[in-house]
Amino acid sequence: MSQTDLIIHNEKDNVAVVVIEKTSKNQECTGWIMENDKTINIKSINEIPLGHKIALQDLKEGDTILKYGHDIGKVVKSIKKGAHVHVHNVKTKKW
Amino acid sequence: MEIPKSFLGYKRENGRAGTRNHVIILPVDDISNACAEAVANNIKGTIALPHSYGRLQFGADLELHFRTMIGTGSNPNVAAVIVIGIEPKWTKRIVDGIAKTGKPVEGFHIERTGDIGTVMKASKKAQEFVMWASEKQREECPLSDLWISVKCGESDTTSGLASNPTVGNLMDKLEPLGVHLCFGETSELTGAETVCAKRGATPEASKKFMKTWSAYNNFILKEATDDLSESQPTAGNIAGGLTTIEEKAFGNFQKIGSCKFIDVLEPAETPTKGKGLYFMDTSSAAAECVTLQAAGGFNIHLFPTGQGNIVGNPIEPVIKLTANPLTVKSMGEHIDCDVSKILSREMNLSEAGDELIKITIKVANGRLTCAEALGHKEFVMTKLYRSA
Repeated sequence: MSQTDLIIHNEKDNVAVVVIEKTSKNQECTGWIMENDKTINIKSINEIPLGHKIALQDLKEGDTILKYGHDIGKVVKSIKKGAHVHVHNVKTKKW
Repeated sequence: MEIPKSFLGYKRENGRAGTRNHVIILPVDDISNACAEAVANNIKGTIALPHSYGRLQFGADLELHFRTMIGTGSNPNVAAVIVIGIEPKWTKRIVDGIAKTGKPVEGFHIERTGDIGTVMKASKKAQEFVMWASEKQREECPLSDLWISVKCGESDTTSGLASNPTVGNLMDKLEPLGVHLCFGETSELTGAETVCAKRGATPEASKKFMKTWSAYNNFILKEATDDLSESQPTAGNIAGGLTTIEEKAFGNFQKIGSCKFIDVLEPAETPTKGKGLYFMDTSSAAAECVTLQAAGGFNIHLFPTGQGNIVGNPIEPVIKLTANPLTVKSMGEHIDCDVSKILSREMNLSEAGDELIKITIKVANGRLTCAEALGHKEFVMTKLYRSA
C-alpha cells in the first residue's frame, strides 16, 4: 500500500483531509476514501498543512462543501481543484 | 479482543461503584472557598472543590447550582463529603441531598462561628472521614458499573477522522454490556442537529433533543451580537483545519458510534432510564461539560482531542486520546491513548477501540490519568444567567 496523504470520509465528499505533515506545491497525492476503501489521486496546488482540507474538484461561489457526506458550509470565493479549502473561501450556513 | 467482564472499583452504599475514592470538601458558595481550602490543606488526602458561585442565584439557575453540588457529592467516585457554606439553610439542603446516597456527609456553616472555628470543626470531621475512607478496598465490580461520559475538545479534523470514531467504536462495543453512556455539547451539534435527532431511540427522545437544541439555538440568536464565528469554531479548531461549526458538529457526532440515545438529560441530571446512551444538555466548554457529567453520576470520562486540550476534573478521571501525531509529539504528557496510527492506516478503528477499552479499564482500576498526574482539577459550575 502506498502512503496515504489524504483521507476522504464519504464518496460524495468534495474535500479531503491532509494526513501527512503537509503537502507541497504540485505534489501528486494519494487519497483514501474510508467509506468504500477506494483510492484516488490528486495534485495539491498549494502547500496544505496536516488536518486541513483540499478541494477534490473546482468549486464556485455558492457551492456546498460536502464532508462526511453532509453539508458543512458554502463556498464564498471560487476554489480550484487541488487548492486549500478553509476559512478564506468557505463559511458556515448557520448563525 | 475479548472484553473484560469486570473492573476493580469501590462499592458504595447505594449500589453504585466508584473508580476513585475521594473525600471532598465542598464549598456551597464562593465566599466559603477559603475555609474549604484550609480544611483540605489541614487534612491530607482530601480535596477542596472551590468555585465561583452560590450566592443570590434564583430560579432554574439556583436549581442547577444545587443539582450540581448534590450530584458532585453523590458521585460514586466520592467516598465522603464535608460541605461548608456561609448560611445553614442552603448548606443543609446540599447535605440532605447527598445523604440520600447513604455515604458519610456533614455540613458546617460559617456565620456566627467565623472561618477559624469552622476550619477547626470541619477539619476534625474531615480527618475522621479520610481515615475511614482509606480502609476501603477495591472489589470486583461488573463492567456495567461503569458510567462513561464523553466530550471532545481542541478538536481538529483528526478528531472527526479518528479519535472521535475511536470513542464511537468503544461505545458500540460496550453499550451491549450494559454500561451507562453520556454525550453532551448542545452548541457543537449545530449543523448536525437533524441527523443527531434521528438517533433518538424513541420519537419522544428525538423530540426532546430537538426541543433542547432549538432552545439553545434561540438563546444564541438572541444573545449574539454578530455570529459565533469568533468562538465556534475556536482559533485552535481553525488552526487544526476545521472551517465551520457544521464540520465540527459532524466530527463531534462520530463519538456516539452507531448508538441511539434513550433520553435527554437536563444539565447535571442523573439518568433514571437504566443502561444505555444519554444526551445531556451542556455547554461545549470542556470544564463546564465534564463538571455537569460528573454531577450526573458518571464515573469515568473519555476526552478525544486534536490540537491538545489539557482539561481534568477533581472527581471524574479524564482519559485523553488523540489521533494528531503532532500533538502526541509536542504534548505527549497529556495523552493517555495515542491513536495517530489510524491516519497512516497502520491501525484500524476496531484496534483503536480495543486499545481505548484497555486503557479505560486500567484507569477504572486505579491507574492515574495524565490529567490526574499533572494536577488538573477543573471544577466549573454552569451559570444560566445573572444573579439577583
